Amino acid sequence: MSELIQSSKVTALTRVNDFVVKFANVNGSGSASANGMFAKAVFRMGIPISPHNIFPSNIQGLPTWFEVRINEQGYLGRREGVDLIVAMNEQTIAKDIASVVPGGYVLYDSSKVLANELLRDDVNYLPIPLKDICLEEFEKPAQRQLFKNIVYVGALSAFLNIDFKVLTGLVSEQFRGKEKLILPNIHALELGYQYASDNFECPLNLRLEKSEKNKGKILMDGNTATGLGCVYGGATVAAWYPLTPSTSVVDSFAKYCKRLRIDAGTGKKKYSIVQAEDELAAIGIAIGAGWNGARAFTATSGPGISLMQEFLGLAYFSEVPIVLFNIQRVGPSTGMPTRSQQGDLLCCAYASHGDTKHVLLFPANPSECFDYAASAFDIAERIQSPVIVMSDLELGMNEQICDPLNWDDKSRYDRGKVLNAEQLEGIEKYGRYLDSDGDGIPYRTYPGTHPNKGSYFTRGSSHDSYAAYTEDGTVYAEVMDRLTLKMKTAVNYLPEPEFSETISNNLGLAFIGTTTSAINEVLDSLAKKGIALDTMRIRAFPFHDSVTEFFDAHELVYVIEQNRDAQLKSLLKIECNIHEEKMHSILSYDGALITALHIEKSIIDSMQVMDASGEVPA
Amino acid sequence: MQAEKYPRKTAATMSYINKPKFKHPQMQTNDIGLTRRDYEGTLTTLCGGCGHDSISAAIIQAAAEMSLEPHRVAKISGIGCSSKIPSYFLSKAHGFNSVHGRMPSVATGANIANKELYYVGVSGDGDSASIGLGQFCHIVRRRINMLYIVANNGTYGLTKGQLSATADLGSRTKSGEESQFDNIDMATLAIELGASFVARSFSGDKKQLIPLLQAGLSHKGFAFIDVISPCVTFNNTDFSTHGYKNTWENHIALSEVDFVPMREEITTSYAAGKEKEITLHDGSAIHLHKTGNDYDPTDKENAMHHINAHKKQGKIATGLLYINQSTADLHELQDTVDRPLNSLGDQELCPGSKALNDINNTFR
Repeated sequence: MSELIQSSKVTALTRVNDFVVKFANVNGSGSASANGMFAKAVFRMGIPISPHNIFPSNIQGLPTWFEVRINEQGYLGRREGVDLIVAMNEQTIAKDIASVVPGGYVLYDSSKVLANELLRDDVNYLPIPLKDICLEEFEKPAQRQLFKNIVYVGALSAFLNIDFKVLTGLVSEQFRGKEKLILPNIHALELGYQYASDNFECPLNLRLEKSEKNKGKILMDGNTATGLGCVYGGATVAAWYPLTPSTSVVDSFAKYCKRLRIDAGTGKKKYSIVQAEDELAAIGIAIGAGWNGARAFTATSGPGISLMQEFLGLAYFSEVPIVLFNIQRVGPSTGMPTRSQQGDLLCCAYASHGDTKHVLLFPANPSECFDYAASAFDIAERIQSPVIVMSDLELGMNEQICDPLNWDDKSRYDRGKVLNAEQLEGIEKYGRYLDSDGDGIPYRTYPGTHPNKGSYFTRGSSHDSYAAYTEDGTVYAEVMDRLTLKMKTAVNYLPEPEFSETISNNLGLAFIGTTTSAINEVLDSLAKKGIALDTMRIRAFPFHDSVTEFFDAHELVYVIEQNRDAQLKSLLKIECNIHEEKMHSILSYDGALITALHIEKSIIDSMQVMDASGEVPA
Repeated sequence: MQAEKYPRKTAATMSYINKPKFKHPQMQTNDIGLTRRDYEGTLTTLCGGCGHDSISAAIIQAAAEMSLEPHRVAKISGIGCSSKIPSYFLSKAHGFNSVHGRMPSVATGANIANKELYYVGVSGDGDSASIGLGQFCHIVRRRINMLYIVANNGTYGLTKGQLSATADLGSRTKSGEESQFDNIDMATLAIELGASFVARSFSGDKKQLIPLLQAGLSHKGFAFIDVISPCVTFNNTDFSTHGYKNTWENHIALSEVDFVPMREEITTSYAAGKEKEITLHDGSAIHLHKTGNDYDPTDKENAMHHINAHKKQGKIATGLLYINQSTADLHELQDTVDRPLNSLGDQELCPGSKALNDINNTFR
């Protein structure tokens, strides 16, 4: 075995707190919790990390990867290239080994001899007989399988200098209440640690050192934060149809409702969750509940959005508040259901037939998922229209380091313009769609409020200010114009774009959501090359005036997004009348999170082209 | 008898009951001081003689006789001629004309938000048996506490007379198109899927329809009434099984129903074996008159058998077809709080910053 250890012949990577570890596993083999434990241990050592699940649409048997970027400087976007691979999947081992950068490491199960063609002379091999160790140490077949994962985490602890106490602490937390499982898990960690220490020089040159970078931070996935945001935002009705990657939004809502939404006196539930027969019913239920004065939401992804189009038009035109979470995945059609994209911007912004427009929110991290989920209910009730929160698989299903979730106890729900019985008493003639305040937002009433006043007929057909059916074109057009005004008003309630301090008079970057994870790295790297850029992170649609002003203030803005058709750029053209020449698209649509390298390269390439043509704005 | 779980607000608890401003001196008032006029809706825009207008009229009379507070009712419909009906009754109630075939989901959401109101869903055979068949099946399964009416004319009126999925095999529309497929029987489907109150009636038979509507409104759980309601314009030929002629001639009541509102003391005694009294959860009662056959509407298998046996003979079984008072509704199944969910505010719903900090700590 020892001749396989080639570290003496190969120049080994020397890196502290700045590398990528990738785990290649078989779906359903129990690797997820072991890999998660690894990520959490690094997080607890105070070193910034960003884990990414790369998983198939499958329950058992297909390849799955877990990629962890570790970066002391806090660059948490994806980085291409792997510094250490844990190659546990025979189906993909050739590709996995090939993905390692020269000087990197390959940890593999040496219970079986590695085929000659898998031997590279520019990487270091870390053979551990995982299967043999587990066969010897554990009796139950399930344990022999599962503990292979824990043994490699133990070995990584020795290789990478992970604080072993952090790992044992995590095991104790994970199995609290199932004490019988704690000792065998710790034993498995020790076996790996021991084997690595006995057979290799540990730690490697690729290693971790404790840091203080994660002080006050939490490690959470976006969907968990979104579900919690719905609890805090006062949602009482959730209707949904299972769909990856949105399912865990409702899972989280259900989990925290069970804990936080039980009436203390009676033990009864202050919420209702309905698993609907399809996405049409899911949004229909949310609309029925929203119409009747409850805060209601549904969560879905692309295919569900397609099915919900007709109902979204109804909610827009009949002015019913609902909140819809779109955890975007790769389309069109079934696309790549377990990969991420920002591909639903256009179909959500103008969802449904006829003239429509919807409020979109673009969270970029779990803290914002929480904040936007909670405030989406305020916004929806304030403007009496759907609010679509545009997350994506990358943000929804991967843990991220973020600020702790925050709630101001002094804040109160904004239930919008709703008339109660007393207020109705004082009104001569109630008009559901009457714009009495001039802001495009009329007053609504809940069914059952008053015996003689305030009732109206909600409909998706054309109606006048008093909700009466009409086919008078002038009246119809007036209603449509009021809805335009209402959307203008809505902007006042939406989060402003986030701007960097102005350092460039010429160049800007505009982006949304998960693209944010790559931006700091891009800016720092370009700054070293003498290129300065201002940034604008757009956080909501319809756009604020400050979005247009940013374009006015710069000669060229790179619009970075994760879809093929430059949908954000299209929205900017349509809504802000930005000239094509002012915008340069940087696109990524392979299903993986956009990387800093790709953005930087695109910017530099574009400059060289412009250099050659003498059109350099920089 | 199980106690009613959600007492609906009555006139005595409501402080906003106003007497109608105008009424004919001879117009009778009901127990809460309202006249029939207070239960009316807007003027119908359906064809003269449309069966659906008789349904509106029956609902108006049923609600007035029961002294329902109009504003405590929510009317929800889909799309089609049938779905216009909610405009034509109870204009003091909120109405929601939603999208085609999706009334069940909207009604479900509305019911979840506020369990204290009466929910009346009005749909048609196109709306519920074709585009919305899936939603129909699932609202029955979810046991929403509501009255669901299908105004069933076997045809698509608004698009000018195509056959619908309830049109019987061999039935012909005005244009001569003959149904080549077996029909979907909404009543047996509802029984099969677990509806706890299933009836069939005929828009032309007010005497039968009104007590069934009243019983359906009082029933706690999912009450379904399939109302044969002829389309005078497109499907009222002698060859149509959904026309007036065939329905008049062939509808047979398996059981006749009288509705006794809860305020009336039930004193009448009935000869044993001939009539049966069923007390509903709100204290009202229905009296079942047997009609010469051996029909027991509490026996599911027996009900299915009778309906199908009549169909084979070209007859339409009507009346109260099935009733089961022991099923829980969605709110009971989900164990929601007694107060309507839409009445809960910050205080009841927001767990506050301390709980959030505890949660944050589990993610460190």
